[in-house]
This record gives sequence, structure tokens and C-alpha cells, in this order.
Amino acid sequence: MVKKIATRDAYGNALVEFGSDNKIVVMDADLSKSTKTELFKKQYPERFLNMGIAEANMMTAAAGMASCNKIVFASTFAMFASGRAYEQVRNSICYPALNVKIGATHAGITVGEDGASHQTIEDIALMRVLPNMTVISPADAVETRAAVKTAIETDGPFYIRLGRLAVPVINDENDYKFELGKGVLVSEGADVTIVCTGYMVSQTIEAGKLLEKEGIKPRIINIHTIKPIDKDILIKAAKETGAILTVEEHSIIGGLGSAVSEVIVENCPVPVKRVGINDKFGKSGKPDELLVMYGLTPENIAIKAKELLESKKNK
Amino acid sequence: MEIQKLKELKRYATIIRKDIIDQVYSAAAGHPGGSLSCADIVSVLYFKEMRIDPKRPHWEDRDRFVLSKGHCSPALYGALAERGFIPKEDLLKFRQASSYLEGHPSMKLIPGVDMSTGSLGQGISAAVGMALAGKLDGKDYRVYSILGDGEIEEGQVWEALMCAAHYKLDNLTVFLDHNGLQIDGKITDVLSPEPVKDKFEAFGLKVIVVNGHEHQQIVEAIDEAKKTKGKPVMIVAETVKGKGVSFMENEAGWHGTAPNKEQRDKAIAELDDLLAKLEVE
Ligand SMILES: Cc1ncc(C[n+]2csc(CCOP(=O)(O)OP(=O)(O)O)c2C)c(N)n1
Ligand SMILES: [Mg+2]
Repeated sequence: MVKKIATRDAYGNALVEFGSDNKIVVMDADLSKSTKTELFKKQYPERFLNMGIAEANMMTAAAGMASCNKIVFASTFAMFASGRAYEQVRNSICYPALNVKIGATHAGITVGEDGASHQTIEDIALMRVLPNMTVISPADAVETRAAVKTAIETDGPFYIRLGRLAVPVINDENDYKFELGKGVLVSEGADVTIVCTGYMVSQTIEAGKLLEKEGIKPRIINIHTIKPIDKDILIKAAKETGAILTVEEHSIIGGLGSAVSEVIVENCPVPVKRVGINDKFGKSGKPDELLVMYGLTPENIAIKAKELLESKKNK
Repeated sequence: MEIQKLKELKRYATIIRKDIIDQVYSAAAGHPGGSLSCADIVSVLYFKEMRIDPKRPHWEDRDRFVLSKGHCSPALYGALAERGFIPKEDLLKFRQASSYLEGHPSMKLIPGVDMSTGSLGQGISAAVGMALAGKLDGKDYRVYSILGDGEIEEGQVWEALMCAAHYKLDNLTVFLDHNGLQIDGKITDVLSPEPVKDKFEAFGLKVIVVNGHEHQQIVEAIDEAKKTKGKPVMIVAETVKGKGVSFMENEAGWHGTAPNKEQRDKAIAELDDLLAKLEVE
């Protein structure tokens, strides 16, 4: 059995692990039990600030603190971090390029039972369009830990997209090297490329196993840094495999699929198909049921990859 | 306060008012009304109260100022120029593509600007963040901010004030530029935030009401704010929008309109008269 850990848990643990520096402050908006910033609060109560259910103020106050040489992690659900406080993130954090790290948990439909109002499927689109913003969508607990460490070490605004659901740990903590802005080659096939991010990386790895059973060798690329995106790995894959499927737990509009398409269309046009949420809202349900309903399963990813492969052959 | 200092503050306020007119005139754009109404507060902050050093705009222990009503940048830029943070001649490039003097204050571009503002309701939260950082670090710097009275219709302002009171930010002093006007008319006609004093008190702030054009009163209020423990202080400054230029006073139309050449000359002549009077006083 693979070990499963939610990336929000890894986030809370990483804040404790790397949070000894007095410059680090963690803010939350009455969700510290859910975002796991409560772990930091227990360890460093003097540097934890509950800002209440007032996300707009939290984001701008985080900017104000960052202007005084603090590294501020501001956490709430991704829905409210990217949506409710969007303009605060834009004008008070990104425009002055302040050192605020947004730890946005409960992204995507795997939030589950809370339903559409809490399932942001637009946040990657909203955050990556902002100048000065770095957007990271870690695949698992190991990558999350590394992302938090990197965010602390790198000056400027970060958006770290995290999930509620416990997801497989696919990376090995001991030899994992996180490189900001560099995609990870998960498997080396050449029939078709599947580019994925977040929890969809482990789903895609499972899809890869299904495809291999049918003699298809996909190249799988994990894009943990959505912005700045790794153009080189994408262009190389386009040249060598001739077709790209993108997979994300996000709207097909504006997210990973769009970011990849932008690179491919400008540099090396090949067919691109996008798997994601098809311009719809989420709904309540168990995460696993929702993944099936919205087509974010290994089976559906494999079907879409085969369709793309067929269309490539027929050209 | 000595008579001499008081006279100096009045003189600087008038010079800043001239700077405001010239910036908005040369840009043919900008916000004279609200800039003129806060010029006296700004002059007290920059020429008496704030611990700042034009040679070290990023000095860690400096007092901070956040112009939450960022559209009144001409007042701030005037003060920064007169105080030596930026060259005075640059003011005439206000809002031009070749200049760093953005329409609304940008901390990345302009020495002495502590926070980028312009989107109303946000600056006050940034000031709260700075005050929180000061408390956390055990520093003695103070944080000042100016809010517009239309601006406080923004919900975020009240989030920020709740937060300031909750964390007992007695290192934070906020001014309300209570000029009674916003773009579309009287604040009481558009969406009344009144009674402001009661609301601020209910939110846990200590409130001091002053005439926002009387330097002596502004100074005394700040002194009282500095002595106040355990609470942020709100200084409600009763002001006149367009103050100092007869035809701009109390006219909502001068919120965001630049004067033409004739109007500019008239405004400057009035302010020069005032300066001459201050000299002989
Ligand atoms: C969030 C936001 N909404 C609208 C505006 C446009 N705007 C600029 S100034 C202004 C009126 C401000 O009135 P007030 O706060 O009373 O300022 P003052 O009278 O001191 O100029 C408005 C609506 C803005 N800058 N920010
Ligand atoms: Mg007003």
C-alpha cells in the first residue's frame, strides 16, 4: 500500500520544520485546523496571527508585514485566497512584489462534501496571470515540503496550491530534488506526452500503467511550477512525442492546459488536448465519486491519451 | 509648540498645496480636492512628527506612512519633494510615461513611499500589518495612515480596524480626512458612513476629533495618540475638500479634475498671497 498524506498536512509540518527563523510569520483566517497552520501555532505561538474571517485584510496586512522584512505565510482555503482577496493579492502583494507566501488549501473538487462554493477550479488561472507571482502546485507531501522550503528561500510572492484529500506519496523524500521552474520527467515514453500537476500526477502515473498494458509508452511530465513554466521540457516533449495531453484538477480554461498550450503554440505546434473541469462548477460528494463524475480518473486519462494518439496517427 | 514651528508648518502646508496644483496642472490629470484637504495633516507628519531620513528611505526603524487614499498622491509627493526624498523638479513629470511618479503611490518606484496604494480600503490594512510587525519585533517605530471619508465605505477598512483594535496596536495612528465629499457628491448622499466617531469607538479605537487644518490641534492629537496605550487611535480631521484654493473648496467637481492655465494661475496666486501673509505675521 502506498502511503497517503494530504498536501495540507505536509504544508503544516513544513511550516514547523522550516519555521524557526524569526522573520517567518504565519497568518490564518479562522481555518487553522483545516489548513494545518495550527501546527505552526503550537510550535511558535508568538509568530502566529489569527486574522479572523477577513481575508481581504489578511492579504493586505501580510503585505504590510512583508514590507517590514517579514516572510509571511497567509493561509486560508484556495477559494478565498484567490477569489475573495484577489484584488488585494494583485495590488498589495504582487504589484509591490512583497514577500508573501499564500498557502492555499482545499483547492479543486477533491474538497468533496462542502461542494461547489468551496471548490475553486479557477485559482491557477487567476494567480498565474499576475505579474511577479510564482505559482506552485505540488503533487505530494514530499514536493510540498520542498516547495515551502523554496518559498522561504526565494524572495517574492508565491501561491502554493494544496489539497484537502490524502493523496499518494509518489516522491522519495531522501533523493527528491525540487527545482523551481523545472518540470519533472516522471516517465520517459515517446508515444504521447501527458503533462500533469498536483494530485493529478499520481492519477496520471496510474493511467500510464494502464496504457503500458496496452503497449503504449507515454511520457509523463509533472509540472509543479505552473509559473514560471518549464518551456524547455515541454518543447522537447512536443518535438519528440508529437502530441500532448494535459491533466489538472482545475478548469480547462486558464490553468495548466492553457499554460502548456501557450508554450506549444508559440514554439512547436502539435495537437494538445486538455483533461480538467469542463467549464462547470463542482458539487458535493465523496472525492472519489467526484473524480469519476468529472473524468479525473486514471481510466479516463488513459482513454483521452489513446484518443489523442489515434488522431496523431491519422494525420 | 513654538510659534516659529507652527509658522513653519503652515508655510510647508502652503508650499505642498502649490506643489499639488502644479503637479495636477502639468499632468492635466489627478486629484486636487482630496490632496488639498489633507495637506495640513501631511505637513505635520513630514515636518514635525515622523522619524524619517531622506538619505535612508528603507531605514528599518523609521516611522511609516501609508496614504490609504492613494489618489491624493500629489500631497504625498509634494511632502517627499520638500523633505528631500525626491527632486522637486520631478513633480512636474507627475503621471507621465517617462516618470516614476505614478498616478498612485508605488513603493517600488518612489523613495519614501512605504506602501503602494490606490485601491481604496487596502492601505489601512497594510498599515495594520506594519504595526503588527513593529509589535512583534519590539520596535518603537510608529505607523501613520490617512483614510478618505468615502473610502471608509469599503468593508475592508472595518476588517482592518477590527484587527488593529484586537491586536491593541497603539503604535498605529490613523487619520480620517473628513471632508464630507466623494466623487459622486456628499458622503451622506452617496452611502453614509456616519456617525463615524461612534462607529470607530464601537470598533475599539480611541477617537480624537480635530480641525484638520489647524496644525496646533493636529500636533496635540498626535501627542495624545502617542500617550495612548492598548488601543489604536483614530484622529477624525474635520476638513474642507479643496482647502486653500477658493474656487475648489467644497466642490465635489474638483475631486479629480485638473485646472486649466487660468485656474492654475489663480490658484497659485491665492497660495502665494497666503505665503506672503505668513511671512509678515
Ligand atoms: C476600490 C476603489 N474603488 C473606487 C475607486 C475610485 N475612486 C477614487 S477616489 C474615490 C472617492 C474617494 O473619496 P474619499 O475617500 O472621500 O476621498 P477624498 O474626498 O479625500 O478625495 C473613488 C471612488 C478606487 N480608487 N478604489
Ligand atoms: Mg472625502
